[in-house]
Amino acid sequence: MLRLEAVNKSFGANKVLDGIDLEVAKGEMVCLIGASGSGKSTLLRCVNLLEPIDDGTIWFDGQDIADPDLDPQPIRQRIGIVFQSFNLFPHMTAMENVMLAPRRIKRLSRASLHASISTLFDRFGLSDRMGHYPDQLSGGQQQRVAIIRALAMQPEIMLFDEITSALDPELVAEVLDVLRALHSEGMTMIMATHEIGFARELSDRICFLDGGRILEQGPPSKVIDDPQEARTRAFLSRVF
Amino acid sequence: MTRRAAHQAQARRKALRIGAGSTIAVFAAVVVFVPMAPGWPAVQRSFFNAEVLQRTFPGLLDAFVLDVMIFAWSAPAIAILGLLVAIARDLRSPAFFPIRLLATVYTDVFRGLPVILVIYLIGFGIPGLGLPRPWNSPYIWGSLALVLVYSAYVAEVIRSGIDSIHRSQRAAALSLGLGHGDTMRFVILPQALRNVLPANMNLVVALQKDVALLSFVGPVEIFRQAGVYKSLYANFTPYVGAALIFLIITIPATRYADYLLQKQRQRQG
Ligand SMILES: Nc1ncnc2c1ncn2[C@@H]1O[C@H](COP(=O)(O)OP(=O)(O)OP(=O)(O)O)[C@@H](O)[C@H]1O
Ligand SMILES: [Mg+2]
Repeated sequence: MLRLEAVNKSFGANKVLDGIDLEVAKGEMVCLIGASGSGKSTLLRCVNLLEPIDDGTIWFDGQDIADPDLDPQPIRQRIGIVFQSFNLFPHMTAMENVMLAPRRIKRLSRASLHASISTLFDRFGLSDRMGHYPDQLSGGQQQRVAIIRALAMQPEIMLFDEITSALDPELVAEVLDVLRALHSEGMTMIMATHEIGFARELSDRICFLDGGRILEQGPPSKVIDDPQEARTRAFLSRVF
Repeated sequence: MTRRAAHQAQARRKALRIGAGSTIAVFAAVVVFVPMAPGWPAVQRSFFNAEVLQRTFPGLLDAFVLDVMIFAWSAPAIAILGLLVAIARDLRSPAFFPIRLLATVYTDVFRGLPVILVIYLIGFGIPGLGLPRPWNSPYIWGSLALVLVYSAYVAEVIRSGIDSIHRSQRAAALSLGLGHGDTMRFVILPQALRNVLPANMNLVVALQKDVALLSFVGPVEIFRQAGVYKSLYANFTPYVGAALIFLIITIPATRYADYLLQKQRQRQG
């Protein structure tokens, strides 16, 4: 459903993505691991068209979405992304945060949205927090609202960029539980993470990024338990 | 009452005593010593003449209504134009380059000129074209001059507010599929405008005062009316009366602006 071919991206002289080839099948969960600065965030932002790529192709559902002439808006509606720093809109309640995009884009009324969105809040254990403002929520709650906000647009694929690394350790589990639930429902996901244990448990495939390249990829049993590359081994020994 | 609260209450009472004491001392000195100055009787007669004040105050208040009206129609125009110019300066697409350029030149020019100069140029210049009534009215063109100058300031303030919103907010909105217009309207502007509310309140106070500058191009508002009374009574007290009327409006507005600023500081920790 998503295929990146020879994707290149530089910031000035800094080559951040260097010939990325990556294919993600429907329902698959792919984890991106790698050192800080290896290009994980940039890769996800490029897929969401928040950053233009310099070169290469991104196929999404049979369409080349890296085409610079394309209007990115309808594509972004089908690709959800959740950021490390939540990025909730601080002047809106949790409910308003979630409703904004469906209301403006799908032109649905508040009343008609309320039922389906309440269900989402319910499922993620936040039914009593819908009227709260972001600064009245814990980090874990904020991050779950951010996930609900992305899910409310009913995306076909979800991108997660280190969504637990700004959280206190005791709040990480509640967010990871959400991902487990999504995975079991067959959501297609790409996730940049430092939670190697979680990546091993849940992901179908792990990609080790190094200097903007995918140095090694495969199922967790290969990449994590039996890495072929010296750099992967060095990275894993540092994070474990 | 906790021990800490009791201590704080005591400290507050002490501060109040010292503050009140020193204030009374200073005022007493002014009241006692200023009238001892050799020129005081003359100053009192020509600036603080109770009889002149009594006779002219109602007329001054009447004239002040015009100031209030000029303010009342200029302020919304300034808010709208300032907002539009700020948004224009933030347009990113190359197709909008001419608009962006125009907005930038506009803010640079009108922030770079003394207000009074703009009022003269527009207030005398445009009616000088020989337009028919009512288009030769100095009210219109004088107000327009104020609107043009103040919109430039407001635009700059709003733009700084827009810049203060972290780009991750924009990214979050765009990533949901919202367009640039919706992102601006629902995500960026509400936060930006709230951040710059105190700065804009200060401009509101300044505008209230600068309305008096229009007197130079014609409208008989309070400052000009005070001038008329001054000639009539050969006395400066009407100016003092006008000053009092201004202060009744501007001091509460200034305090309110300060209050907003303080509240915002607290919120941002
Ligand atoms: N907007 C930008 N402008 C310039 N350079 C950037 C920008 N965004 C990222 N970079 C650079 O690109 C490189 C890759 O950054 P990226 O954020 O993708 O890494 P990452 O793998 O997500 O790291 P981390 O684990 O710290 O999040 C870094 O060297 C970074 O400095
Ligand atoms: Mg990152």
